[in-house]
Amino acid sequence: MTETTDLAAAKPPRKTALAPCGAANATRGARGPARRGKLLRRITPWLFLTAPLVLLITFTYVPVANMVYYSFTDWDGVSPDRNYTGIDNYRQIFTRSELFRVFFVSFYYLAASAVQIVVALYFATVLSFNLRFRNLFKGILFFPYLINGVAIGFVFLYFFQDGGTLDSVLSWFGAEPDHAWLGDPTSANTSLAGVSVWRFTGLNFVLFLGAIQSIPGELYEAAQLDGASRWQQFRHIIAPSIKPVLSLSLILAISGSLAVFEIPYIMTGGATGTETFVIQTVKLAFQFNKTGLASAAAVVLLLIILLITWIQRRLVPDEKVDLV
Amino acid sequence: MTTAPQTRRRGWIGQTLVYLSLVAASLVVLLPLLVVFLTSLKTSEEVADGGTLSLPGNWLNFDNYATAFSDGQMLTAFGNTAFILLFSITGTVIIGSMTAYAIDRFHFKAKKLVMGLFLIATLVPGVTTQVATFQVVNSFGLFDTRWAPILLYMGTDIVSIYIFLQFIRGIPVSVDEAARLDGANSFTIYRKIILPLLKPAIATVVIIKGITVYNDFYIPFLYMPSQEMGTISTALFRFKGPFGAHWENISAGAILVIVPTLIVFLFLQRYIYNGFAQGATK
Repeated sequence: MTETTDLAAAKPPRKTALAPCGAANATRGARGPARRGKLLRRITPWLFLTAPLVLLITFTYVPVANMVYYSFTDWDGVSPDRNYTGIDNYRQIFTRSELFRVFFVSFYYLAASAVQIVVALYFATVLSFNLRFRNLFKGILFFPYLINGVAIGFVFLYFFQDGGTLDSVLSWFGAEPDHAWLGDPTSANTSLAGVSVWRFTGLNFVLFLGAIQSIPGELYEAAQLDGASRWQQFRHIIAPSIKPVLSLSLILAISGSLAVFEIPYIMTGGATGTETFVIQTVKLAFQFNKTGLASAAAVVLLLIILLITWIQRRLVPDEKVDLV
Repeated sequence: MTTAPQTRRRGWIGQTLVYLSLVAASLVVLLPLLVVFLTSLKTSEEVADGGTLSLPGNWLNFDNYATAFSDGQMLTAFGNTAFILLFSITGTVIIGSMTAYAIDRFHFKAKKLVMGLFLIATLVPGVTTQVATFQVVNSFGLFDTRWAPILLYMGTDIVSIYIFLQFIRGIPVSVDEAARLDGANSFTIYRKIILPLLKPAIATVVIIKGITVYNDFYIPFLYMPSQEMGTISTALFRFKGPFGAHWENISAGAILVIVPTLIVFLFLQRYIYNGFAQGATK
């Protein structure tokens, strides 16, 4: 065939719709109008890239640029006048306490992320060994991640209701709770963070499981021959292999905690101190028409997330994560 | 992977604890869902009088589902969602595969720049830019149409490009070259050779994109506020107002929304696991 590829070993080339290659065709193609062909060759990739690039620029880069621009104005999103206000918006975000409070709400979700990762790691380790009903458990643990956010919100609204699921289950065990789970900020945030754990642990779990299962079995056998205990196996075989996935999960968890919107918005609308950063940004922009302020808030969030990603890329150099 | 015989005695207690933890976790997962399912089959008196964990009187009471479907405008919502799914998935597959093809098969001067553009875009979480994206969408006059979500889902999906790129790297270039010797131009190669070979990647992208779009609430919520323009997520969300505390109806709505996902999950488990694992590792 041809000698130019080093990937030929991977798959035998399949010529589905074309006739078997003939030498006559080859020479005919090469002698065509060479310059026009060369120009066409040069712009072909761009032809393929036009649509994606246009979409990318229109819906990602233009908004980011505009956002930064808006953050320095006092625009309300609708009227034609837009006054330059310098860094006033940013000053407001960091000084007005009601605006700043949303950062603290993120901490609940950060804590939830930590729980998520630990729980996911535990179950991934446990289910990487041959247990009965392994696939069943795997499916059950992962399924919540696939469920529609609104549906989850309602399921858990009912769960936390007065006399709802949680109260009923607790009364089984004898406790008679008279607690409004979503009534005060601490309890509400904890409950909502709990829903977050319920929802997202499955994804972390599958990622970890994939990483653990890609560890070659001989390592385990060798370790067992050497008399290593389960805990030692975990420490020396599993832990190093899952470092990339672990750091990835940490990044997803942290940026996820900062960008929480769905669950709290659907369940409480951001009331009773459960307002998250994104909820507040959305309200500022679309309810109170403070586009400038909302843009500044969004820029701050973006910078924080970029910073965290950058830190992660430095601490754990970007190794290609091949799980499949 | 079985425990060696000499550790079996010590492992017996450990094994039981492990199974217990698995069962407990399963209960934590299943109980809220089960309760909502039971509630959806109750009448409003049963909901008001009985406890949460009581069983419905008539297991075939589908009234709530009927109400949810008609009053909750779920039919329109399913239709809108299907429309959006069709176009955004098709668009994503075409655009993603074209991008991957261009990046992997061609060498051009600005290639690194283009790849950089896509990579940097992955760092920007979509939620943060919506304030400004809204203005862009509005200026195109697409606010409150179904095309706003479609374009947004197509334009901000880097994951699918990554998946296609990974896959196309495994297709040997010799295939292209053989075709070129037969006089095929790049587009023909793309259409007749690369696309068919990309089928597994396409399947993966279809599934995870489909699930992500189906479950998305944020974008339809921001961009399609009117009643007729509901998607599954927003239509369900609107249940809260008119149905008040009629949990039997709300539960029916929630179950209606969850069931398709469950069915897809049961049939396509392996694809789903692989797909989300690949998607997350971008």
